[in-house]
Amino acid sequence: MSLSVKPAAERSAVRVLLRLWPFVRPVRGRLFTAAAVAVVASCVGLVIPLVLKWMVDGPVAHRDPAGVWLGALWLLLLGVAEAVLFGVRRWLVARPLSRVEADMRARLYGHLQRLPVAFHDRWASGQLLSRGTTDLMLLRMFLAFPLTFLLVNAVTILVGMAIMLMQDWVLGLVVLVPVIPVMWMCAVFERRYAEVARRAQDQVGDLTTVVEESVLGIRVIKGFGRHRSQARAFRDLSVSLRGTELRKARLLAAIWGVIVTLPEIAIGATLVLGALRVADGGLSAGTLVAFLSTALALRWPVDSIGFLLAMSQEAATATERYFEVLDEEPESEALPRQADSAPDSASGAPGPGTPSPDPAAPGASGAPVRGLRFENVTFRYPDADPASPPLLDGVDLHIRPGESLALVGATGSGKTTLTALVPRLHEVTAGRITLDGTDIADLPREVLRAKVSVAFEEPTLFSASVGENVLMGVAGEPADGDLDRALAVAQADFAHTLPEGTATQVGEQGLSLSGGQRQRLALARAVVGRPPYLVLDDPLSALDVHTEAAVEAALRQVLADTTALIVAHRPSTVLLADRVALLSGGRITAVGTHQQLLRTNAEYAHLMSGERETPDARADEGALR
Amino acid sequence: MSTTTTTTGTGQRDPAERESTPARSSAPQDTPPTPKPPADDAFTGDDLPSPPGATRALLRSLLAPMKARVGVTTLLLLLQQAAVQAGPLLVAYTIDRAVPAFRRDDSGPLIAVAVGYPLCALLSGVLQYAFIQASARVNQDVLLDLRGRIFRHAQALSLDFHERYTSGRLISRSTTDVESLRELLDEGLQELITVVLSFVYILATLLWLDLSLGAVAVASFGPLYVLVRMYQRRAGRVYGIRSTAIAAVIVKFVETVNGIRPVRAFRREKVNEREFAGLNHSHERTNGDALLEMARYVVGSRLVANTTVAAIVLWGAYRVASGSLELGVLAAAVLYLRRLYDPIDRLGMFLNSYQSAAASLEKVAGLLAQTPSVPEPAHPRELPPARGDLPGREVVFEDVRFAYRTGGEVLPPFALTLPAGQTVAVVGATGAGKSTLAKLLARFYDPTDGRVLLDGVDLRDLSTPALRRGVVMVTQEAFLFSGTVADNIAIGSPDADRADVERAAKAIGAHEFISSLPDGYDTDVRKRGGRISAGQRQLVAFARALLADPAVLILDEATSSLDIPGERAVQHAMSTVLKGRTAVVIAHRLSTVEIADRVLVMEHGHIIEDGHPAELIAGTGKFAALHQAWRDSLA
Repeated sequence: MSLSVKPAAERSAVRVLLRLWPFVRPVRGRLFTAAAVAVVASCVGLVIPLVLKWMVDGPVAHRDPAGVWLGALWLLLLGVAEAVLFGVRRWLVARPLSRVEADMRARLYGHLQRLPVAFHDRWASGQLLSRGTTDLMLLRMFLAFPLTFLLVNAVTILVGMAIMLMQDWVLGLVVLVPVIPVMWMCAVFERRYAEVARRAQDQVGDLTTVVEESVLGIRVIKGFGRHRSQARAFRDLSVSLRGTELRKARLLAAIWGVIVTLPEIAIGATLVLGALRVADGGLSAGTLVAFLSTALALRWPVDSIGFLLAMSQEAATATERYFEVLDEEPESEALPRQADSAPDSASGAPGPGTPSPDPAAPGASGAPVRGLRFENVTFRYPDADPASPPLLDGVDLHIRPGESLALVGATGSGKTTLTALVPRLHEVTAGRITLDGTDIADLPREVLRAKVSVAFEEPTLFSASVGENVLMGVAGEPADGDLDRALAVAQADFAHTLPEGTATQVGEQGLSLSGGQRQRLALARAVVGRPPYLVLDDPLSALDVHTEAAVEAALRQVLADTTALIVAHRPSTVLLADRVALLSGGRITAVGTHQQLLRTNAEYAHLMSGERETPDARADEGALR
Repeated sequence: MSTTTTTTGTGQRDPAERESTPARSSAPQDTPPTPKPPADDAFTGDDLPSPPGATRALLRSLLAPMKARVGVTTLLLLLQQAAVQAGPLLVAYTIDRAVPAFRRDDSGPLIAVAVGYPLCALLSGVLQYAFIQASARVNQDVLLDLRGRIFRHAQALSLDFHERYTSGRLISRSTTDVESLRELLDEGLQELITVVLSFVYILATLLWLDLSLGAVAVASFGPLYVLVRMYQRRAGRVYGIRSTAIAAVIVKFVETVNGIRPVRAFRREKVNEREFAGLNHSHERTNGDALLEMARYVVGSRLVANTTVAAIVLWGAYRVASGSLELGVLAAAVLYLRRLYDPIDRLGMFLNSYQSAAASLEKVAGLLAQTPSVPEPAHPRELPPARGDLPGREVVFEDVRFAYRTGGEVLPPFALTLPAGQTVAVVGATGAGKSTLAKLLARFYDPTDGRVLLDGVDLRDLSTPALRRGVVMVTQEAFLFSGTVADNIAIGSPDADRADVERAAKAIGAHEFISSLPDGYDTDVRKRGGRISAGQRQLVAFARALLADPAVLILDEATSSLDIPGERAVQHAMSTVLKGRTAVVIAHRLSTVEIADRVLVMEHGHIIEDGHPAELIAGTGKFAALHQAWRDSLA
């Protein structure tokens, strides 16, 4: 009796939910068919009482066995039809809806992989995960249930009201009276519920984050005996989630109470009114009974509107949360600075159309500069205050082809950030980086990253075999012997002695390896593809002295014909390189050999030898503040 | 196609799951089988071994403390249903009594209806309101309890469990599995009670109306029961597989998001997408299977219900025709019959959420059934007061031996005494057992044989707070939690104020970089988490340890990512702020050894050299060679 409530209450949610259309589109045929089938099934259900009425009034009253048989047969047929139709509806949507859920999840995953690293720095993975699991399940349930049944119930209610108005329009109008207050209540409810539902879902995300961190940081928690305070933090969050859920329940209870009470009172009114009119002969008792049975039959469709709306609301919130991530701009493959020059101008000079802002662009003056070159590179994290000084402020550096250059700088000077710019994990704010004269911004990332191989400070291994983890570094099909060669260079021959050799599973789901072992595998991964450019971020930090010496010896051969940038904290690593650059205050302040800088640059000498009595170092620290 | 048996191998590792998989003909192995871990290691699987009936026991123990409230909630629903079911009776009363009475100018009954009906409506509304609130309270408290239990238990379980039962699985236990219980409580239980109530109510009325008609209705419960059992059995299996499948999806998801840098740098996007598609697809299949099971059940039960209605009508109509049954009784019976079978679908919904929750609860119960291999003592002992003015304490390894549960001895029996205040460097190749030694001292593991004593007290007898006042370990992986830098340092000592935190940071040389962060000590590390370098993180971790101020400090490769000035600052701190503490330092960099009073050289689990550094360097042993190599590397 409150059909018109539906569109009113859903107005704002509808727009959000409409965004699901592209995902639903591929299965729209089945979904619409299923909805139609559900409507038909519902109508079949409405016909069954009519057949019963006909039987009771006709064959039974007239003692007509043939008629009874006929009626029973009809009942059976209708019953079977109803059962089959409901089954068909479910069968129609089961696979497609799982597919919609899976598609949306795959899309989210794919999108996440293409979002800039800066995005991932900002978002806790728990929040992303809850969007990829709980929210999507909510959406599937919405498509399976509320969406169809809002329609089915609406049709049922419409048909029922039509029947009631046809039977007696005065009583029909009385029954319709609560529509207006119920509509208003639904609208109020919808607004408040949306707010609380959103909060609840965000809190679930926060809770997921705490769970995740407490699992990932278990060593720290145990090491400091902090599991009680961690449990307290968890408890606080889950208590506030409970509070939000109870608020949700209060709202739901209120709307449900109203939806149950008001129409029922209206039915009570029609009962008394109808009884009076039956008494004075204005209405037949049969009509009143029929009218009331119809009204009572509509109770479930009306009652259910409350929770159908609530589910829709939650689905709308889930949709919003989902699209919050999906709306983030992925790294564009579109070439940001030029449109006409093809990326395959790699070997030649920059295209003539290149609006090169750099006066230093040597391509203009003659032969392209070979090797890896940083030209006036400035970088500030995209979410940093634009007024703050950039982290890298005009870095000029040239690594000649085949040369390896060590990068030295104090903790936090931006060494790792500088290395992240080369494979374009971050984009330069100003200036440019060129590989053999080609601006890396003009290279498709795939191509660039195939040329530049990286060993990160934190050696992350994936859930795969040792061999697969290492061979990730090969651009195409790995050749025989690639794996063994790379393992030999990184002194990672221990891999052969693992339980299953190089087929041993490692990473999240496999054997846990020590930091040194992982670091050597990460190094093997970096060198396995014989990349022309190599970026190594403190690649030997977790190795013991003997292993380090062996790796260095093998790595020297690799570095002999590779252009490499090596972040170094220690003299032993620096000595792998031909030259050293000192990064300080966002600039390269000195370049030279290790010995030269050791003699001429006080900061470098301090970083490399720590030579300076500790009291001085503390005084120095004070001065820097 | 095959469920999680693909790349992650989750499904394959569990014998129970393997047994159930062949039954699903739609699960061909389309990937080469992954190697199986040692068969005796059940912890790498998704399902953990749990005693039979653990699931039920868990559910019972969750509901037990709120028996009274569950009772009240049920009563509310009972009354609400009574108020709702009164409606049709009042209609019948109006037509049969009130209207004739009114015609006789007796308006009493009609007034009674006019008052009674709205009253019932109001009552059912109010009761509905009260019921939803009361049940939400029960549900939320159960969930709060369960979430807390999983969380606390996971935290209490020892490190070797965490190393094998992966983080993704633990996360999935406390998120999606809890979520499915929420669904059961939110919707399922209410459905069940409503269904049972209306079954009882209507069946009683039917039997009262006519015994034989009622008997036919009762007979229909036979096939319905069979259908329900069949559905339960089949759906139970499908839901189990589905929950494993989603756990595999979560593992992959988390791994990718957390390792986004290498994913990018090594162009793993396409491969990952392919692998994820495989996992996602197997989840999609089982998800679809689950929904189809439900469809099958709904069709079956509806068929039974509608056939019974037709049969009863036929049977009743004959009896009416033969005069042995009143027409009105038949009409009433048929109307009630329709309502009897109405909740069948809802019963399906309940079974649905029950199956899903049961599968999840089973896994949760399996997790909760794990006993921590490093349990807290039942009767903790206190450490004796510190001897002398030195804050350090004596450590004794008394005939300690350590082997993994799965066999494989890491440390053969040995004895070792570290006097209070001594700084001991432990060196040796990877796998020599250095970290195991440290983990035994930190009580991350308990020794297989023998005891580890701190000032004469077995570590196993110390409560966690006492243990952590005694021993703190800083590892190479310096994990930062959400929150500010100051919060992260304060993990070392929650009571510390800002001044303490800053003092610790200054002592370790971390103050400078922290001050240069956008919000200084209040910088949210999550926002910049990816941007605090490994070296900086190690400094923060070290500041934590400094703040904790333990009697025994263990540094397991804790300085590996520090630059030389950073390392010097740490050494300086150790000789000043941490002076007099017993310290165990594991480091590849021998620079740390220079400040040590004593060096232990380990090889294959044995301590092969033990002495003062100068002494060892002067000798001809392993350490002398190692030290020479390191000297050369400094060149």
